[in-house]
Amino acid sequence: MALFTQSFIITLFLGAIAAGIPLLLAGLGEQLSEKTGVLNIGLEGMMLFGAYTGFLVAWSSDSLALGFVAGAAGGMVVAALMALLCVRLGLNQIVIGIALTLAAEGLTALLHFVQFSRTYPRLDGVPTLPLWPLSEIPFVGPILFNNNVVFYFAIVLVAVFAWVYRQTNLGIALQAAGDKPAALDAAGVDVTNTRTMAVLVTGALAGLGGAYMSIVVAGVFVPFMTHGNGFIAIVLAMLARGRPLWVLGGALLFGGSLSLTTALQVAGVDIPTDVIQMLPFAMVMLVLLVAGRKAALPVALGESFVRGSR
Amino acid sequence: MQALDQAPAALAATPSGAPVVALRGVTKRFPGVVANDDVTIEIRSGEVHVLLGENGAGKSTLVGMLSGLQQPDEGRIEIDGKVCVVASPKQALAMGMGTVFQHSMLVPSLTVTDNFALGGPWWKRPDRAGIAAGIRDTARRLGLRVDPQALVSSLSLGERQQVEILRALMRGSRCLILDEATAMLTPHEAVALGELMRRLVAQGIAVIFITHKLNEAIAYGDRISVLRLGRKVGEIDPDALRGASESENIERIIALMFGTSEKGESVRRVQVSRRLGDVVLTVEGLCCDAGRVPVRDISFSVRSGEILGIAGIDGNGQKELAEVLAGQLPRGSGSILLMGSEMGGASVGERRNRGLRYVTDDRLGEGTVGTFPVATNFLLKDIGADPFWRGGIERPQEIRLQAERHVRDFDIRTPGTQTPVGKLSGGNIQKVLLARELTGAAEAVIFAKPTYGLDVNNIRTTRKRIREAADSGKAVVLISTDLDELLELADRIAVMDRGRLRGIVGNDDDARDAIGRLMSAGDDE
Amino acid sequence: MTDEQVVSATAQSAARTDTFPRLLRVVSLGVGPLVAALVLGGLVLLLMGFNPLSYYAYVVQRAIFSPSGLEATLTRMGPLLLIAASLIVAFRAGIWNLGGDGQYLLAAVFVAAIVPLMLGILPVWTNLLLGLFIGAAVGAIWGLLPAILKAWQGLNEIITTLMMSFLGVSLANVLVKLAFLDPATTTPQTRTLPVEARLPRLFDTSVSSGLIIGLVAVIAVHLIMTRTSFGMRLRLVGANPRAAIHAGLSVPTLTIAVFAISAALAGLSGAVDILGTHGNVRADWNPAYSLTVVPLVFLARLNGFGSIAYVFLFSALTIGGESAARRIGVPSFFSLVIVAILLITLGLAEYLDKRHQERARR
Repeated sequence: MALFTQSFIITLFLGAIAAGIPLLLAGLGEQLSEKTGVLNIGLEGMMLFGAYTGFLVAWSSDSLALGFVAGAAGGMVVAALMALLCVRLGLNQIVIGIALTLAAEGLTALLHFVQFSRTYPRLDGVPTLPLWPLSEIPFVGPILFNNNVVFYFAIVLVAVFAWVYRQTNLGIALQAAGDKPAALDAAGVDVTNTRTMAVLVTGALAGLGGAYMSIVVAGVFVPFMTHGNGFIAIVLAMLARGRPLWVLGGALLFGGSLSLTTALQVAGVDIPTDVIQMLPFAMVMLVLLVAGRKAALPVALGESFVRGSR
Repeated sequence: MQALDQAPAALAATPSGAPVVALRGVTKRFPGVVANDDVTIEIRSGEVHVLLGENGAGKSTLVGMLSGLQQPDEGRIEIDGKVCVVASPKQALAMGMGTVFQHSMLVPSLTVTDNFALGGPWWKRPDRAGIAAGIRDTARRLGLRVDPQALVSSLSLGERQQVEILRALMRGSRCLILDEATAMLTPHEAVALGELMRRLVAQGIAVIFITHKLNEAIAYGDRISVLRLGRKVGEIDPDALRGASESENIERIIALMFGTSEKGESVRRVQVSRRLGDVVLTVEGLCCDAGRVPVRDISFSVRSGEILGIAGIDGNGQKELAEVLAGQLPRGSGSILLMGSEMGGASVGERRNRGLRYVTDDRLGEGTVGTFPVATNFLLKDIGADPFWRGGIERPQEIRLQAERHVRDFDIRTPGTQTPVGKLSGGNIQKVLLARELTGAAEAVIFAKPTYGLDVNNIRTTRKRIREAADSGKAVVLISTDLDELLELADRIAVMDRGRLRGIVGNDDDARDAIGRLMSAGDDE
Repeated sequence: MTDEQVVSATAQSAARTDTFPRLLRVVSLGVGPLVAALVLGGLVLLLMGFNPLSYYAYVVQRAIFSPSGLEATLTRMGPLLLIAASLIVAFRAGIWNLGGDGQYLLAAVFVAAIVPLMLGILPVWTNLLLGLFIGAAVGAIWGLLPAILKAWQGLNEIITTLMMSFLGVSLANVLVKLAFLDPATTTPQTRTLPVEARLPRLFDTSVSSGLIIGLVAVIAVHLIMTRTSFGMRLRLVGANPRAAIHAGLSVPTLTIAVFAISAALAGLSGAVDILGTHGNVRADWNPAYSLTVVPLVFLARLNGFGSIAYVFLFSALTIGGESAARRIGVPSFFSLVIVAILLITLGLAEYLDKRHQERARR
């Protein structure tokens, strides 16, 4: 009865956004990689490393903007390794992806221990940027139009990606890199470079998503804090089948199920966090059970490109 | 062969200009092979220049060098009389050389228009309306119908090829290279392609048409260069080609392709009359919809010691027929009798145990595991069988002995029985398959395109093995797209077209014509 | 699906051609990356302000040269070896079972919930066997859904196993906190299996007999995969599924069999860890062995005996690392970093070797 109060719903939506934005950013990135034929299992590691570098720089420079940039850069560093080892040298994408995730987990936990384990520094809340007059719309305004910069950036990015995929030569080239790399090569575009760029952008977005988790959502860096978000983002990208808008929808859906705990607690219902934490994963399995075969992947996914071999 | 009487009559009108492209003394070596040896070829505008040769004659390597995928080790490529280095596909395009490869180079998940836009400056929006108009325009000029908005994955192979030709032309190609362009086409589509080539040269384009089919070469070519074992062994210029009758041309080309000394012997083998035994394999009303091409109402029988050839253009259900017979595809309806007992419901393994063998044409894709040793590949279909396994435990000694026996008996050139089979040459991989399928208690053997992609020597060895299999009393089904091979080996020849057998003829002097009639009869439907 | 680059040289190239240069190659390929990884790891330590030499010396001393440390190292190996066996079966058959963590933890939770309760009812030995069986069964059940989706729907198992793994870890926590809570304690954990009812120790040491179970499992798996017809079938499916169909194998059936064995071994690992070492499961406990062992078995090129060596190395690193964390202050996560760097250096070495060989052939 009193469950669906306004405060419950607003908590739920804000929570869905807070939890959904990292998924959205990483998912958009992964979608880009997958489009070009790289299965980026290292996404979790990129997010985590971005979360760390973002927090570190934001905390030590006192500049949130620098923090976000550093987060993206951190993710990109991990992605550069991935691009070098998998795209350029043709090593196995799954094994290297897992290795990079482990490395990021170990390294960030180590660095966190050395730097923060005694002080546990915390960042202040991130200021919001109200988009007047939209922010004055009752109910919707405070949720959608009084948010932080990264949120706006992520939403705009969805539109930008959708436009790039559908309306530009770049979008066509990306599609070809994953579906028929030999055709792209024959058209005079370097497949390896295309994929390298895609992986780097993926890393930047995943890193930014991680930084969002540490800087905006948590305000602290905690070891292993991405907690499987990278892997959920991979699934999101697979299910969205190349459509950025679907990543947005999926990210909010998963974000919503993650934020249900807090919202329910606000509403006075006590459900253990672990039950709630199961929700997104259970949902993925359910979707996969139903959608099954339709979770289509590019033909050349996971294969490195060698000119002349078909 | 299917289009002799439909060859365009516009031959006389084509003007022969100066060479657009010329290869001069080009040599290309790969580890262990000389793919092209001192080849000199000139391509003139307004001419269809046919590069004719068997599989392994070095045609694809020439294409690779002209399209920028490979570079010659020696010799030079001249374009408009100037020496050029064609370093990349992009550069080849820029120099006006457009290549249509045997395997489609279109992105299936993009529309025709977007495939044309591929490779444009990445920050720009493709001019879709302009491209689409251009496609319609060029298509109309060439008498083609192409829907620019169609997804490539929804087009037939023939349509995809037309799209690729259009694309090459719209990119300003003056020289169009068609690599084994008819191999994947239906007879009807192949004829249409031939007519298109004639229209292209009428507009002053130079066309290089690569094929191993002699009749197509004569039907569509103005000039024919014959390649053999990497060397150019002869060229027939337009005057000579027009001045001679068709049969004279065929005779001359065959002499070039096979070498004069073998003339006669390799063209037409007098059938040794064998004594045929009882019926071994009987197929009745066999249907199957599970494969890419539905197989319909197939009936035939093969006797012990007999070779039944199955002719037809590639992709007309031959592969599916072989797989239904072997048990890899489920039978829809009909019956398959081996030695009089039904085995249509039996598994692949049961059929093999009862004496049915299948030599696949996809040697590395499904026939072998490239990373497994030769010795293991001999046993892929007998995993767990006595004496190589006892109680599920491997017996390396037995496996090694068998492998050594096979390597010796089948003359397999391999560093050792533990060498990964993927490291062997195509011919030796085929020998591994033959050793696996032809030893033991085989009753009936299906060969799918057994000599496809092999060099001349291995073709000869393989054909000898096929004949030996029949001579030893096995029933043989020989699927081949090479009519000459069938005429050389088979006792009777069936023609397969769009999933059906159009008829079966005895292999006598009229066989070639009879098969031609059966093939073109299919077109009327 | 199989890993061309890292595994290309597994069992196949075991055939020796030229002994001495080959041996040299193998040694440089095996030792070079290890040295490089230790040096790079040392750099990380140096950057963090620790002395790498004294750290490594301390780790080796604590984990291998002190009796109690060595015993802890060997005990830790038991569950890790079972995970390795689980991964070897799957990877050799071309199936990416990345869901070992969920399979392990759920099995551990069920074992910890049921075995202490049955203690009074069943004799100790029967109870332990029951525990091992429960672990294997729970693990296998948790692998069933991805197996079926892969076998019948062709759904990519990387994703489904990862999702089932996260789901399983959360479910395990829920079960510990809500269903299997020990009423006798205030901390959220399951009932505890008394030390005398656990897996017996070896001889006079504190090494758990879980080590024997792990060794037997990994060696058995290795022999099955390399020496039996069943293993050959699995390897055929893994190397080339189309060739398997051509040879008349039922790929779906074999896929499900592989999943069942692999997930059961992961579950068995959970059971051995509980029955041998921990005795109970505390809430939010997740050692995440599986994803950590993935690089190890790849370092060993999916070879069972090689895996034993790498598992020993890793076990020593973590045991030594844990006491170094207490003494020197380097967190135990450092062993993760070493393993990850090791995998990357090995991949690079493999790549350089391949290029070198190609050049030599020309």
